Amino acid sequence: MNITQILVGSLSVITLFSALMVIISRNPVHSVLWLIVTFFSISGHYIVLNAQFLAIVNIIVYAGAIMVLFLFVIMLMNLNRETEPQKNKWLKLAGVLSGGSLLLVIVAALHTGDIKAMAQVKEGDIGLIGTLGKELFSTYVVPFEISSILFLSAMVGAVVIGKKE
Amino acid sequence: MLLNIYIDWAFVLEKFLLVAVIVTLSLVIAMYTTYAERKVAAWLQDRRGPNRAGPFGLLQPLADGGKLFFKEEIIPLASSKFLFILGPSLAMITATLTSAVIPWGTSLHLFGRDISLQIADVNIGILYIFGVVSLGVYGIMIGGWASNNKFSLLAAIRGASQMISYELAMGLALIALLMMTGSLQMSVIVKNQVANGWHIIYQPLGFLIFFVCALAECNRTPFDLAEAENELNFGYHQEYSSMKLGFYLFAEYINMFISSAVMSTLYFGGYDIPFVNEAAWNIDANLLALIGFAVLMAKTFFFLFVFLWIRWTIPRFRYDQLMNLGWKKLIPLALINMVVTAAVILWLKK
Amino acid sequence: MPIVYYLYLSLALFCIGIVGVLTRRNAIIIFMCIEIMLNAVNLLLVAFSKMHPPKAGIDGQLFVFFIMVVAAAEVSVGLAIIVMMYRRIHSVDVNFLNRLKH
Repeated sequence: MNITQILVGSLSVITLFSALMVIISRNPVHSVLWLIVTFFSISGHYIVLNAQFLAIVNIIVYAGAIMVLFLFVIMLMNLNRETEPQKNKWLKLAGVLSGGSLLLVIVAALHTGDIKAMAQVKEGDIGLIGTLGKELFSTYVVPFEISSILFLSAMVGAVVIGKKE
Repeated sequence: MLLNIYIDWAFVLEKFLLVAVIVTLSLVIAMYTTYAERKVAAWLQDRRGPNRAGPFGLLQPLADGGKLFFKEEIIPLASSKFLFILGPSLAMITATLTSAVIPWGTSLHLFGRDISLQIADVNIGILYIFGVVSLGVYGIMIGGWASNNKFSLLAAIRGASQMISYELAMGLALIALLMMTGSLQMSVIVKNQVANGWHIIYQPLGFLIFFVCALAECNRTPFDLAEAENELNFGYHQEYSSMKLGFYLFAEYINMFISSAVMSTLYFGGYDIPFVNEAAWNIDANLLALIGFAVLMAKTFFFLFVFLWIRWTIPRFRYDQLMNLGWKKLIPLALINMVVTAAVILWLKK
Repeated sequence: MPIVYYLYLSLALFCIGIVGVLTRRNAIIIFMCIEIMLNAVNLLLVAFSKMHPPKAGIDGQLFVFFIMVVAAAEVSVGLAIIVMMYRRIHSVDVNFLNRLKH
């Protein structure tokens, strides 16, 4: 075991634990905060894989913008633990069971696969911003422009939906 | 289980010391900025300012800190205790994190090692600053929400939406700068300025936009809507007392210091000594690095003074004026600046 | 790191997201669980992109970038819809969204 494996292992534990806390927490604000922890640990994974650009974009876009929006909405609606009364225990059990069985099936499938491939950690320059940027503005320039139109339409859509009539 | 962990202890020690020095330095400077704020306010209003504690009132920040420490700590009953404590801690952490990528000087040669005066020279320097700044919202939002008080919540939401809005214009202003340097690495940006002249010459409009946005990000007047005392009682830290309140106030001053340092690094040449060619001086490299550090500090202190000057000169914006300025003035201006810069760069390359 | 490790990790993350969507009824939490699922996929894509060094894999990381872009647009519209829903029925419980049925 070397230091990278210890790092990845502890990051994974944090990721899974905080993701679990997102769905367990009763209070939506706590859920949002746990989700931010999840995003941070995923960014940690990206850094270990030397995908620096994605790591920081993950923090800026998800933790810095999207989760702030979530917090905004939750705070404005003043949601707390009483807003979601629990009625049907069986429905919950069914949900956990179906999710668990999906996990089981894919784990079983992966188990028989015997995959030997390795992911390169800590080195390689494909995750650096220069490499990605050159590719993005040459091969992927059309999708990039289309995504800006997507943003514009999303913005207009959000304004139209959110307006008081 | 075989544990083979190889750690370069000298490297760890070096970085640890560097972090300790820089964090302590920013804390001390933030402390004395509170003193400077009072003195500057007094000077602008033709008063004397604090002059009782120590010579010229120089011990005033210590007295203030002591007062805050010994005040009674009150945690509202109906609030979430953990989040209530998390708020100011987050504000403080995000304020100190940004200093990691600022190049405080060239490298020192000590004990046969090259010690770079930058904690982490990462490839994504500017984006890192952006990431940390965008996290600064959480300290305000969590604190305001956990106080369980309508005024705090309103102030928190105001502050957060203001910070998000001004981040956009800030980013757009920086893109023009990035097009000139072709790198996000802070050390490369500084070296580029040492070679080709400061960025303020090429990007005056970009700097202006960046400066206004930095004022808004630090929640300083004329953008201190989040703590508008005459409409929201005291803002998002209304329910806070003792050192937790101190943390919030302190984080603001650290933010001011760091954003001044970022501005001097990005637009005013960082540790570059103006008007001279210091490479031809033929003096010890260590001494040169220290002079560069002093020069960067001088630039930073100048911007800190401008921050204080603005606070005691310009009245506060109204909230709709603030949003108008951000979305309808600064963002289009930043876009124009970006397009013009891009066109000029293309033209020069031809 | 063996790629299997990342496969299991992102699979577990994805399943946590699914369980959240199935068990919770707060529309905002459901939305957040979808974000978890997207992030699980992102993590796996980044791990896959590092499987064939040194050159291949740029496409995978750009794909993750586009997923993030779409997620940001999706959240802005989605949250606007949830706010609208809250204005209409004063709740974000998805079980109350069955008006068309009756």
